[in-house]
Amino acid sequence: MSEYVIEMLGITKSFPGIKANDNITLRLKKGEIHALLGENGAGKSTLMSVLFGLYEPDEGYILKDGVKVSIRNPNEATRLGIGMVHQHFRLVNVFTVLENIILGAEDSRYGFLVKKTAGEKVVALSEKYKMEIDPDAKVENLTVGMQQKTEILKMLYRNNDILIFDEPTAVLTPQEISELMNTMKSFRDEGKSILFITHKLDEIMQVADRVTVLRKGRCIGTVNTRDTDKKQLSAMMVGRDVALKVKKSPARPTDNVLEVKELCVSSLLHKSQLAVNGVSFNVKKGEILAVAGVDGNGQTELISGITGLSRVKKGSVAICGKDITNMPVSVRNRDFLSHIPEDRHKHGLVLDFSLMDNLVLKRYREEKFQRLGFILKESVRSYAEGLIKAFDVRSGEGADTVTRSMSGGNQQKAIIARELDIGLPLIIAVQPTRGLDVGAIEYIHKELIKKRDEGFAVLLVSLELEEVMNVADRILVMHKGKITGEFYPEKTSVKELGLAMAGIKKAGAHSE
Amino acid sequence: MNKRLSALLDSDAVKGSLSSVLSILFGLFVGCLIILAVSLSDSDFTLKSAAEGIKLLLFGVFSKGRDASGELVFGFSTSNIGNLLFRATPVIMTGLSVALAFRSGLFNIGASGQFLIGTATCLTVALSLDTKVFPPLAVWLIAFIAAGAAGALWGIIPGLLRAYLSINEVLSCIMTNWIAANLVTWFFENSPLRNAGQSGKIGYIMPTSANGVSTPTLFLDRLFPSSQVNGGFFVAIFFCIAAYILLTKTVTGFEMRICGSNSHAAHYVGIRQKKMTVFSFALAGALSGGAAALYYLSGHTEFFWSTYQTLPQEGLSGIPVALLASNNPLGVIFTSLFMSLLGVSGQQLKNLTAFNEFTTDIVVALIVYLSAFSLVIRQYLSKDRRNLIFSKAAGGKTNRTVPVYQGQLKEEGEEKQ
Repeated sequence: MSEYVIEMLGITKSFPGIKANDNITLRLKKGEIHALLGENGAGKSTLMSVLFGLYEPDEGYILKDGVKVSIRNPNEATRLGIGMVHQHFRLVNVFTVLENIILGAEDSRYGFLVKKTAGEKVVALSEKYKMEIDPDAKVENLTVGMQQKTEILKMLYRNNDILIFDEPTAVLTPQEISELMNTMKSFRDEGKSILFITHKLDEIMQVADRVTVLRKGRCIGTVNTRDTDKKQLSAMMVGRDVALKVKKSPARPTDNVLEVKELCVSSLLHKSQLAVNGVSFNVKKGEILAVAGVDGNGQTELISGITGLSRVKKGSVAICGKDITNMPVSVRNRDFLSHIPEDRHKHGLVLDFSLMDNLVLKRYREEKFQRLGFILKESVRSYAEGLIKAFDVRSGEGADTVTRSMSGGNQQKAIIARELDIGLPLIIAVQPTRGLDVGAIEYIHKELIKKRDEGFAVLLVSLELEEVMNVADRILVMHKGKITGEFYPEKTSVKELGLAMAGIKKAGAHSE
Repeated sequence: MNKRLSALLDSDAVKGSLSSVLSILFGLFVGCLIILAVSLSDSDFTLKSAAEGIKLLLFGVFSKGRDASGELVFGFSTSNIGNLLFRATPVIMTGLSVALAFRSGLFNIGASGQFLIGTATCLTVALSLDTKVFPPLAVWLIAFIAAGAAGALWGIIPGLLRAYLSINEVLSCIMTNWIAANLVTWFFENSPLRNAGQSGKIGYIMPTSANGVSTPTLFLDRLFPSSQVNGGFFVAIFFCIAAYILLTKTVTGFEMRICGSNSHAAHYVGIRQKKMTVFSFALAGALSGGAAALYYLSGHTEFFWSTYQTLPQEGLSGIPVALLASNNPLGVIFTSLFMSLLGVSGQQLKNLTAFNEFTTDIVVALIVYLSAFSLVIRQYLSKDRRNLIFSKAAGGKTNRTVPVYQGQLKEEGEEKQ
């Protein structure tokens, strides 16, 4: 019997124009938590997709318990005991927790579902691993953390003993993260093997036994966590030394740029409810104001109220003294604000367009890019190529690349390039580093701080407390549509913020 | 395979056309099977007639009838080709109408209604304006423009309903189609424009040549003698090129494509989607109205005015034509020609054999059906087939954790598509 439960040997997988995995070897021991670390586009997801049967490798093979196996689809992976929690959950929202768990592995008798035994098994599992969950609750009513528990129970229900977690902490609050870490540890202690995809070094140091680092499709090496430190790991991942915390000088805020007064915006999900309920604040020239909070506490609606994507119910928004509350989006985009949107695929990009078209997505009406209604393709191209170079946006075919084919990190860089180059007084950045790696995060933080120093006002919305603490000059915490506290990063702690995010303690002076 | 060739095969345009060609070939193949099946199941037919039917289905446009001994004669027939071009003309325009709307994210299933309204308008104008006062060419032009304007107005209705009341444009288009069909019948019921002079033509409106108005033939009649072809074909092609330029080179086209490709992004960018919806529908309606003008202003085409029970085929054909062309304005030219090729074959089949033209209708239907699968076929032409399987496994929704490479199915499976 082999020491390793899974061995992926010499895996190579190419896509048109890119070698996503180049001769990668990954060995997973029984009963370990093995972290897979790498920048965006380093090939982590491709490698895991190979293991989960979503892609067939061009070269290389997989051993399970020392025996060669071929995994052609997710069902075969499940049969081998491999389970995966995807970053974006694969749940049916209108089904209950129990229905979601048994989906695809249902027991039936005479064509009717038999839920009783399944229900008992789920309850037993959730008690065993201290994952409290109501099996009859509908998934759409659950918090993100609960949904993730449903996904985990799904794997356990199928008796999987090789568990893949793809960026599991991206959507959780600090408290939920530590809970998840404990759950992962208890799986390990029981002999299950865990592959943990992440780019958060803290989490790796906390739970992982070993780390395999990928860079640009190649395997850089596998190290024991106790023999390494964050600095070394990030250097391995990026290929150079990275500043984990971007240096910045103290802010010198001057005039008010954004003034929000008593703003009320309806919820995007439940139209009759207010998601933003009487929020007032200012952002000044030369400062970065961060809005922190657990996902779904009104941040999205706050931004869509300011940017004009949603109608404002009550209150007012002004930029540089001009009331923009009822101004059309196009005028706001032209004269007042640039906006790095929360969902880059939904709002930020037209994925079927070329990179160059996406880089002028907001500016094609400018004189520079059109004459008499005809787009000046050459000036669009030269402008786009300038941005691609300045912001180091990497893609297979340069300006002509179809945006859909680019990696997530480079898609985000393209949006950032477009928005930061517009040069309007207010920059709104909503989760600008979501799903990005250390190198890209550092880069984006630097750019935001640079813009601040050039005298722009920056409004940052982030779910990552570390980001908020590192980048912001001032922090507002949102909870249930209201601002529950104002903090200064140098005078507060992650713990204090976490409590305010949970709505537990009203700390700090609430600015009006 | 050398690199250039594989890059060429990998390009979207090639994949798109190849998948259309494959659906067409498969449709023709199944059509042949149907002819064979009909022949075998009916004692009136022999294997010889099956062979003749298949020949006509595939090469009907080259048919020259039967010779004295009753054998089919094939050869280059200028009148067939000319009629092919003439039949294709209105379909190019309605196909373009559907394709343009599609590109801005709207399904214009109302081309038939717009076509009918255009028909009524252009006939009325062309037959009422006195050609002694106005030169016939001016009347032609006025009638053409009036038909386009009327079609645009008719097209705006579902556009407005969609933009301001969120009523699905497919539903309102179906309704406006039938409203148009009844409206036109009512309009012509007691009209003096009806052809009362010739017996047997009582159900028809007079051809516009009665007033001396007909589309200039631009020497096409010399090229294709004894056919109906005229300069309208060039007008249709001109509109295709103009639409192509509009879509790919202009600010308006860019905005249309943003709306069609990602409506959330259009909102984020600040495009006024409501106006764009109305505009796109007006444009689509104008093209369908123009289609009618190009067809009926030819001078020889007679309009059967009692339309309330059927919608004009020219309008409906626009949908498969646009689909087969992957909504590319230039592709529409070729797919329309193909459609009318099938139409000519169907005529030949009907005239020369005991098969009826419904057999070709079945073949067309099959090809249309398969063109909906052209996306799937396209997927199979691309290198990485895993994506397809994966997309299915993920409930048709791609996911950000797995890198999305070229050729992946569309992420936004919106209901309009």
